[in-house]
Amino acid sequence: MIPAKFDYKPASSAEEAILLLQEYGDEAKVIAGGHSLLPLMKLRLANPEVIIDIGEIQDLSFIEERDDHIAVGALTRHRLVEHSDLLRENVPLLAHAASHVGDPQVRNRGTIGGSLCHGDPASDLPAVVLATRATLIIRSQTGEREVAADDFFTDFWETAVNPAELLMEIRFPKVGDQPWAFQKFSRRAQDWAIVGCAVQHGSNPGIGMINMGSIPVRSSVAEEALRSGNAVIDVASVADEGLSPPSDIHAEVDYRRHLARVLLGRALS
Amino acid sequence: MSLVGARVIRKEDPNLITGRGQFVDDVQLAGTAHMAFVRSIEAHATIKSIDSTAALECDGVIGVWTAQDLNLAALPGVPGLQRPPLAMGKVRFVGEAVAVVVAEDRYVAADAAELVFVDYEPLPVVTNINDALQPEASLLFEEVGSNTVFEMPTPDDFQSVFDDAPHTSSVHIVNNRCAPAPMETHACLADHGPSGLTLWASFQAPHHLRNTVSGWLGIAQDQCRVITPDVGGGFGAKVNWTPDLFVAPILSKLLGRPVKYTQTRSECMTQMYHGRAQEQDVDIAYDADGQILALRVLVYQDCGGYPDPTGMGLPALTTTMAAGCYVIPNVSVAWKNIVTNTTPVAAYRGAGRPEASYLIERAIDLIAYDLEIDPLVVRRKNFIPPESFPYATHSEIAVYDSGNFAGALDELLNIMDNDAIRAEQQENLADPAKPLLGVGFASWLEIAGFGPPGSLEGFGHLGSWESVQIRIQPDGSAIVYTGASPHGQGTVTTFAQIAADYLGIDFDKISVRHGDTATIPQGIGTLGSRSVAVGGEGVKTASVRIADRAKRIAAHLLEANPDDIEVANGNFSVKGTPAQNVSWGEVAWASFRPLEIPEDMEPGSLDNTVLQQVPNFSFPSGAYACVVEIDKETGDTRVRDMYLVDDCGTVISPMLAEGQVHGGVAQGIAQALYEEVRYDENGQPTTATFMDYLIPAAPELPNFTSGRTNTPTPNNTLGAKGIGESGSVGAPPAVINAVVDGLHHLGVTHVDMPANPQKIWRILQGGVT
Repeated sequence: MIPAKFDYKPASSAEEAILLLQEYGDEAKVIAGGHSLLPLMKLRLANPEVIIDIGEIQDLSFIEERDDHIAVGALTRHRLVEHSDLLRENVPLLAHAASHVGDPQVRNRGTIGGSLCHGDPASDLPAVVLATRATLIIRSQTGEREVAADDFFTDFWETAVNPAELLMEIRFPKVGDQPWAFQKFSRRAQDWAIVGCAVQHGSNPGIGMINMGSIPVRSSVAEEALRSGNAVIDVASVADEGLSPPSDIHAEVDYRRHLARVLLGRALS
Repeated sequence: MSLVGARVIRKEDPNLITGRGQFVDDVQLAGTAHMAFVRSIEAHATIKSIDSTAALECDGVIGVWTAQDLNLAALPGVPGLQRPPLAMGKVRFVGEAVAVVVAEDRYVAADAAELVFVDYEPLPVVTNINDALQPEASLLFEEVGSNTVFEMPTPDDFQSVFDDAPHTSSVHIVNNRCAPAPMETHACLADHGPSGLTLWASFQAPHHLRNTVSGWLGIAQDQCRVITPDVGGGFGAKVNWTPDLFVAPILSKLLGRPVKYTQTRSECMTQMYHGRAQEQDVDIAYDADGQILALRVLVYQDCGGYPDPTGMGLPALTTTMAAGCYVIPNVSVAWKNIVTNTTPVAAYRGAGRPEASYLIERAIDLIAYDLEIDPLVVRRKNFIPPESFPYATHSEIAVYDSGNFAGALDELLNIMDNDAIRAEQQENLADPAKPLLGVGFASWLEIAGFGPPGSLEGFGHLGSWESVQIRIQPDGSAIVYTGASPHGQGTVTTFAQIAADYLGIDFDKISVRHGDTATIPQGIGTLGSRSVAVGGEGVKTASVRIADRAKRIAAHLLEANPDDIEVANGNFSVKGTPAQNVSWGEVAWASFRPLEIPEDMEPGSLDNTVLQQVPNFSFPSGAYACVVEIDKETGDTRVRDMYLVDDCGTVISPMLAEGQVHGGVAQGIAQALYEEVRYDENGQPTTATFMDYLIPAAPELPNFTSGRTNTPTPNNTLGAKGIGESGSVGAPPAVINAVVDGLHHLGVTHVDMPANPQKIWRILQGGVT
């Protein structure tokens, strides 16, 4: 529970953070709220030589309405997302899911960008960006690029954000009055989900699954079934199709598959 | 007004809730160096070599030592199977201390510990009882020739009773291994200078530690002072010998400076002695009416990598209490102590008694299922009647002092609406949208108030009494010193309540001090729900003695007969003439002035020390009921309601008694549904973080509905039995009986703890157990 030695570099702007990232490359890790990285460091599962702290970059914390989408700054704390009227009105699935992240202390410190960049398939918010088909804005010294949610999560705890890049904001399409649902199965209130799902209805419905693969995944088969107008029971029955859920001490593969089907059924009911 | 029984606010709380408590890690001594252990990454291996070169090169590292370097004696323990403070040639569990690093700060020590290279030659691993008992099993102690390090056979298995019995049932029970996980981990600070050793430790029994450490170090007890300041929980795990307590004083002396060690949470999960870790074969014989004819119990105790004396003694307590609240004419018990490549096992809240209540209360329900009768009928048919006390059991250790088991069950049914719950259960069974309901009962009994001569000596303690010294101050306030060593129990409050009643001094003018061998005469410690039943009685004994002397001084000052003096509200007065009075402050002041006291009294006589003894254990009991909801699709099982009737005899502090029950029941629910220490096939712990070791918190727990019956113990004049462990004894069988009840329509008669959702889902899928 004592992290290895590291250098600490605070950044006062995104530009400065990117310069620091360029300087230190693979040796560096960006820290914001610290609720994913610090536990790993304390367990010595992560031993970065340099920590670049972006936590004080005020202009990366925002929730703004822009035309057909709501832009959320990468440094926006879960608590602000949870309580945002703009999000409750336009992307209610995100505001609701944010209320399920960890416990109040975590939500007051943890950030949406930090959670997404951690790329943990057991986290709640990756399923939401998949379900809502959000777009992620990544900046490097050469400029900004847009990455679709489907291309963002690349490997276990790996994302499309390269070592010298910074996630700047996430753009969520407004969903209007389209229904949504969020289901999370966990042993204790503050736990990561054993399995969960985030559903956003609409012309192109999205179903993001929690803890049903080595990376955050959508249930494409169930989405197709939903688009084709199948009955709830039939959509739910294919929730786990094509997916490879993990096995651990809390749930084996067959149980996770079963839970995925049950939870999607409940989400659609 | 009597303070005993009054709902007072804890005296401890203002310090603790304003951050002014002082725990070991808060103690700062100039020049302190910091200790970290190099811990085994192998569960079973021989150590080929240890290379400290890289660690010694770190800036700030003062030294690295192995067992060979320090030439240390083994820790006190089971002769021939003692645990070395640092591994000697072989490691027996993951996390065992292999070497020790001391550095200028804690961070350097942790970094350097990672740089010590240990070359291991792995050996085959045994991680559980079944593997350890295989004929070809790898042996932890080759010299013993078996992983069964001790065996207590039964003198009579009553096979003929079983052969002739109209009905029998059998069950193999796993009582899951639990981690005590107190809020404060182990911590110690040793300052071993020319004038002796001062050792601050997060511990439950400072004098026990003083006696043992001084003996191990070979220093006189007068030169060894142990201080246990505020201690953040122990649950029985802080009365055992761990390497840090012995290595820190050695290194402090060697280095000539204080040495501190504060265990990390990760270390705590693999270092602090675990609890439970039993398996049991249980057979019960009964007639067609459910009258029990015989009980047979074979306990397999997993002792972990090194058998601790307390850990080896757990089956003795389990088998002693195996018959529970029931008249059972033939009880056969036996046990085996088995070593495995896992964290050593010792006392954990209840220590052997939760394992007993669980097995007998499960067996009672098996009878009910077999005969298709109400489990409450089986209980009532076999209860020991209230007029049968003292009640001699099959065990020489246990002569039940008192109890009213049927009365507690009656009260339980008063505070719950069993009929309504049963009706709801039937409705839910038929409605696919509703969860399954299960109702479980436990009429439980435990052995507590560890105090009769011989009860603790076998575990290495000096005695089984508890010390109390009361000193009246010149202004009439009082200080109570005690060898009881609270770590969350609220003893500072309860002992002040008792003293206030029997001294007649205001509650606010009584302080209770503990946890320092330099100021407390002698002491045993806080364990086995003994503080009030033994130490509390000592407070009364000393208070009464002092009050009698104070009355003589008051009589002298008032020129009255001592027999006519009464004390109330801080004043001594002459019976019938209240105007003729003198205050406690005036009496106390006079007690130090030779010219103002009776000629045959010495100054300073309002000071008394007692090593309080009690003639027998106390036997707290009660009746609990649990209602669980089981999700038919996911198997998710939640406790909806807990109904709790406790009988701990006289209650000193109602709020603290409720708190003890709530906390104990939370731990019981935790064991039944959530917590389980697990290892993979290589002996690597897989539940060593709070992410994977599931300690439930408030959102997972129900509201508790409490009731109470009062059957005072005859073993102390207070009538108090002890309540620290009750909840953890009563809750697990109530919860699991409820889970089984909720699944019984599927033919289920037993589910092992923890009843996690995956396990329940598999049962719902058709896997009847």
